Amino acid sequence: MSALTIYLPLDSAAVAMGADDVADALSAEAAKRKIELKLVRTGSRGMHWLEPLLEVEKDDKRIGYGPVSEDDAAALLDAMIGNGKQDKNVGPVEEIPFLKNQTRLIFARCGIVDPVSVPDYQSHGGYAGLDKALKMDSAAICEEVMQSGLRGRGGAGFPAGIKWKTVAGAEADQKYIVVNADEGDSGTFADRMIMEGDPFTLIEGMTIAGVAVGATQGYIYLRSEYPIAARVLNEAIANARKAGLLGDNVRGSGKAFDIEVFMGAGAYICGEETSLLNSLEGKRGEVRAKPPLPALEGLFGKPTLVHNVISLCSVPAIFEKGAAFYRDYGMGKSTGTMPFQIAGNVKQGGLYETAFGVTLRELVEEIGGGTFSGRPVRTVQIGGPLGAYLPPRLFDLKMDYETMIEHGAGVGHGGLVVYDDGINLADQARYAFEFCVEESCGKCTPCRVGSVRGVETVDRITAGVDRDKNLTVLNDLCELMVDGSLCAMGGMTPIPVQSAVKYFPEDFGIKPALKAAE
Amino acid sequence: MTLSSLIEPFVGRTGGLISALHEVQRVHGFLPDDTEAEAARAFNLSRAEVKGVISFYHDFKRAPQGKTVVRLCAAEACQAAGGRDFIKSVEEKFGLKMGETSASKDLTLEPVYCLGLCSTAPAAMVDDRLVGMADTGKIEKALERAKKESAS
Ligand SMILES: Cc1cc2nc3c(=O)[nH]c(=O)nc-3n(C[C@H](O)[C@H](O)[C@H](O)COP(=O)(O)O)c2cc1C
Ligand code: SF4
Ligand code: FES
Repeated sequence: MSALTIYLPLDSAAVAMGADDVADALSAEAAKRKIELKLVRTGSRGMHWLEPLLEVEKDDKRIGYGPVSEDDAAALLDAMIGNGKQDKNVGPVEEIPFLKNQTRLIFARCGIVDPVSVPDYQSHGGYAGLDKALKMDSAAICEEVMQSGLRGRGGAGFPAGIKWKTVAGAEADQKYIVVNADEGDSGTFADRMIMEGDPFTLIEGMTIAGVAVGATQGYIYLRSEYPIAARVLNEAIANARKAGLLGDNVRGSGKAFDIEVFMGAGAYICGEETSLLNSLEGKRGEVRAKPPLPALEGLFGKPTLVHNVISLCSVPAIFEKGAAFYRDYGMGKSTGTMPFQIAGNVKQGGLYETAFGVTLRELVEEIGGGTFSGRPVRTVQIGGPLGAYLPPRLFDLKMDYETMIEHGAGVGHGGLVVYDDGINLADQARYAFEFCVEESCGKCTPCRVGSVRGVETVDRITAGVDRDKNLTVLNDLCELMVDGSLCAMGGMTPIPVQSAVKYFPEDFGIKPALKAAE
Repeated sequence: MTLSSLIEPFVGRTGGLISALHEVQRVHGFLPDDTEAEAARAFNLSRAEVKGVISFYHDFKRAPQGKTVVRLCAAEACQAAGGRDFIKSVEEKFGLKMGETSASKDLTLEPVYCLGLCSTAPAAMVDDRLVGMADTGKIEKALERAKKESAS
């Protein structure tokens, strides 16, 4: 009998739910029974409530078992060898609605391939995009990105094509591609998942960018909280070099491009691109004033294309399938797909890649299945710690950059944190300030000191001390932070705070009458 | 290994100082007092500059940590999933507050702001072991395993 092939994620979420223990137990059980077992560690499918989700191929379909534990090893082997029934069988994985209904342009291979295998990547469409780009000149590549409508997925939503053109047009002896893999926003894990599950997509996207703008060196600035991603990335980069996909002569094109992974040191502000560049230079991660734009004077003062992981991972598909194909997904000026991350108090948490235009309600209530506590959803925070808390009456808003901005919110990095009715929004407003105290780089007074005042002011409000006066103080403080902060850390901390006050006044002891007068 | 032999290989590398500090901490568990002077010498910086870098980043520790470090996520998605109560129960269980190290130097409790495990919240990390849908029982189990591993 040939070896039994089993797929099990190496993804952090799967490991956190016991995947490594399951792997050990399966190997031990197989050895005991003298079964030849080939265990392939893959990325995660993103259905995290089913993790660890084990898969085995049957009649060309991947059949899933999840969530499995180490105690299931014997029964699982029985089920997979014979036709034994196993109550953790979830059927053909790709027919589960959560997965089936997605549009996976970025995550197409994640959970299927061995993340560090070049042959796996190539046999699943990998490098088709780079091959096309290598036949184009710099201007045409940048124009293709422009035409795709791709906007930065790190939070600001700036058109990628404009940035590519700026860096391409800058004269310099050295240019850089820098990947922002600092992914500090709570509720987000798309960067982590793709780096762990299909790192070649990032490597290919970076290479296309390097060829386009004339950069020969790329850096991935990775947060230190992601050790598994670091391991997988380094292994994939080494394999890409061996296969001639990185190095002095990328794919025989005569063009050079290489990548290094750099480990951050635990500072949320280093996700801000200029802080990140300082950190990558080995310095304190203080924010730099703009201009100059990093596109013109970035790393070591050289033109630098800084992009979020998902922005660059969107690039291979744009070239493989064409800008027009890509642009057809989404709505208005929000083109293509976004990997939404559904987290917090939610029944079916995980990653859901789909075109822009999906509603919050669909994501949270249908796809996410509501709260795991079974209690009503009270609010969703969108786009990380600097994002707004929205009430259910706004859940029919479509997820697109402009719609969100109109309602004082933002798509951010696509993270949704779901809360049930046990949450008190005054606590969350206080936390927003606390987080700013903890993570401010210290350069601007409104951010550094204002956040401390913010914590005190919320405390006074919740204690009922001079409530009206302190609500005014809170408002003034928020305005001061918006006006006097160099970056969005101080400038956007007011968003979670003010949305909490606006939509959940009762948590601040504001009576309906006062609300009407607002 | 001497401090300078840990630091030297990173001189001239991009962001070398931070990588060197990571390496010293990986080996020693914290940054011994001489790190500042050694790194300043190796990278041709002032001690104040090195100190400024060390103090900027949460990862760098100037004092020894407990033998095992338990990091509990204090960020929003974990709060939404009962993280605040979870943190309280861990603090009570071990008689330590966040940021404290036990008198025996066995254990340090520390907050972390998101581990990217927000869909399996609340999340924690026991040394390098990830824990999803964490509760005190899972933390104790992970601690036992960490102990077993360091013994073997
Ligand atoms: C406080 C703060 C934190 C940020 N954190 C991140 C982050 O973790 N990841 C990220 O990609 N962008 C982050 N950004 C946005 C970056 O500054 C920058 O806009 C982004 O890396 C550009 O890439 P994009 O065009 O691909 O989005 C942050 C910005 C601010 C102000
Ligand atoms: S707003 Fe805050 S984090 Fe941003 S530069 Fe100013 S002090 Fe630093
Ligand atoms: S918020 Fe706790 S793991 Fe992300």
